[in-house]
Amino acid sequence: MATTLAPVLTDHWDAERSWSLATYEANGGYRGLRRALGMPAADVVTAVKDSGLRGRGGAGFPTGMKWGFLPAPDGGPRYLVVNADESEPGTCKDIPLMMASPQHLIEGVAITSYAIGCHHAFIYVRGEVVHVYRRLLRAVEEAYAKGYLGKNVLGSGFDLEVTVHAGAGAYICGEETALLDSLEGLRGQPRLKPPFPAVAGLYARPTVVNNVESIASVPGILVGGADWFKQMGTERSTGHGLFSLSGHVTRPGQYEAPLGITLRELLEMAGGVREGHELKFWTPGGSSTPIFTAEHLDVPLDYESVGAAGSMLGTRALQIFDETTSVVRAVTRWTEFYKHESCGKCTPCREGTFWLAQVMQRLERGQGTPADIELLLDLCDNILGRAFCALGDGATSPVTSAIQYFRDEFEAGCHTPADVLFPPERSALFDYTPRRRGAALAGVHA
Amino acid sequence: MSVEELVPREPGRVHAASYDDVTLARLEADATVIKARYPQERSALLPLLHLVQSQDGYVSPRGIAFCAQTLGLTTAEVSAVATFYTQYKRHPNGDYTVGVCTNTLCAVMGGDAIYEHLCDHLGIGHDETTEDGKVTLERVECNAACDYAPVVMVNWEFFDNQTPESAAAVVDALRAGEPVAPTRGADQVVTFKEMSRVLAGFPDGRADEGVGAGEATLRGTVLAHEQGWTAPPLPGQDEPRRTSARTTTRARTGTARAAASEPRTGDEQSSAERPVTGERDASSQQQETKQASSDAKED
Repeated sequence: MATTLAPVLTDHWDAERSWSLATYEANGGYRGLRRALGMPAADVVTAVKDSGLRGRGGAGFPTGMKWGFLPAPDGGPRYLVVNADESEPGTCKDIPLMMASPQHLIEGVAITSYAIGCHHAFIYVRGEVVHVYRRLLRAVEEAYAKGYLGKNVLGSGFDLEVTVHAGAGAYICGEETALLDSLEGLRGQPRLKPPFPAVAGLYARPTVVNNVESIASVPGILVGGADWFKQMGTERSTGHGLFSLSGHVTRPGQYEAPLGITLRELLEMAGGVREGHELKFWTPGGSSTPIFTAEHLDVPLDYESVGAAGSMLGTRALQIFDETTSVVRAVTRWTEFYKHESCGKCTPCREGTFWLAQVMQRLERGQGTPADIELLLDLCDNILGRAFCALGDGATSPVTSAIQYFRDEFEAGCHTPADVLFPPERSALFDYTPRRRGAALAGVHA
Repeated sequence: MSVEELVPREPGRVHAASYDDVTLARLEADATVIKARYPQERSALLPLLHLVQSQDGYVSPRGIAFCAQTLGLTTAEVSAVATFYTQYKRHPNGDYTVGVCTNTLCAVMGGDAIYEHLCDHLGIGHDETTEDGKVTLERVECNAACDYAPVVMVNWEFFDNQTPESAAAVVDALRAGEPVAPTRGADQVVTFKEMSRVLAGFPDGRADEGVGAGEATLRGTVLAHEQGWTAPPLPGQDEPRRTSARTTTRARTGTARAAASEPRTGDEQSSAERPVTGERDASSQQQETKQASSDAKED
């Protein structure tokens, strides 16, 4: 095996009381903050720029460059907001990170705040994970008590307040400007950009919004240096990243590896596709990234290679589906999700996802029409790129990519229900007898 | 506080009209603490709505009035926010919200079967509550535990790797008033009201309960330790603490250069950045470029 795992964030997750500050310190925690506080803030930004760290929340924008976009200090407040609203279907890396080792994030918050001149940082965590919220509140409390947060951090003269804020259930709040509106106590709807948050973010002040894993990766860069970080990954996709395997795989879970590892290598570590079955399709980075098939097993999972192969690295949420799974059923359910989560602000997304779901549902029932595939593609054409944010774009990804690779299953949707072609009990991880067939579907949103 | 009498919205059901003085004083004290966390007090609205749910078990009309008065908003403004988020309940919730993930991955792994079984077992459907007021059943979207699929959430605690039978056993225990422990979370699932108070930002002292990580979370960590795989050693670090094996991490040299140049500010980060290109506005090639560089989640 050519590529091996590279545990950095995950290294002490199996330690006793891994979430405590004491465990974190015993494993080298807060060395990065001490180092940073001894440097000019601009040098901290430079170190992160030099590392090549790119946003781990999906878009892959260079983190240090994002920090560098803040305008020169004008005496007013500047904010760091951590996007901990992990909700992209298939994505399950930040939540376990904050459950197992929240201090990685807190130290990253302290370093980043120092670097960008922020004195009040926010962590916006989705509300549907109460124990993770408990752990974050406790982690912040412990960090205050040890002087890592609060007035005069570690005697440096730098002041930092951190607020952990719980959301209330809305996928759209993972979009950074919707998140900012939500944090301001509004409905979480995306803003028109520009201005970007760097110029006018939280309370219309200069703001950096970063993903949890991005911020949690910062302490290591401060301790190890940019060159240490760049030893991992590829030339333009540097460093380590969490790869989350789920679905029809023998040992699903979190695998922290250098960017550029392949699914074939990861599957080998995870014991392969579940016994007696074979890979049919998978997502490289959540449901908003176009699906891949077995022909993409050797695509290096870095930003460039996945993009060149027609998808996006996204959040490295590798959802694995075997040959028992109906593509039409899978895509229908994702489409219903986007319809449910569209915030309604932009017409192409609000109406488009509604109609996508209608058409997908009749294909799943085996009641599609021969014109439906073209109708779906036309709908996608009218959603993609026509809304304020990328939710609508994401909604088109599973549809267009599934038609590209599995057109015959959509054609079969004109005469045969998906659950007849692919009996759902064969896909489930336990034995059961289905009660309803070809009729009402359980998860259909009203 | 002066809250007008509210008319019943359904026959036979009347919303409580206002808080008694003791409750109001307590809520106001909590609201002061919440507001102090933010530079601008409107940011307190989401936690205040969680606080209302911790009192009333849903976002009640009097709770909306309380939020409005606390933040100097109209009740319409508060309602607009409350109705946007799925965790805010518009009618009294059961003691336990049981949410079955029926997003694609969990659904395919068996979530649909679990949801159907619970519907039959409890005799209720989505967003309905058992007659004893114990359990409110929901379909939920992806809850970031896909490596434990199929997943059920009870008051937003994780119940991993569920089956129809295991989920039915959980709801039976909840209805019988027995303590129920999540797979990863506190030692015991707390009630909806207690959970809502935590979400309002008031810790319940349970942060140190439960595991740090489940089996799936630790797969890579354990495998790496078994195999002696490590990240490159940090400068000044002693030998890797668990193993002396050298990393074999390989540095690839950008295998695919097709993705053109480095991203720049405003470059394909937002749909709104898309330049208008004339009569058809966007060619399919541009759309492909757009799709290859954007995602529903900004980092």
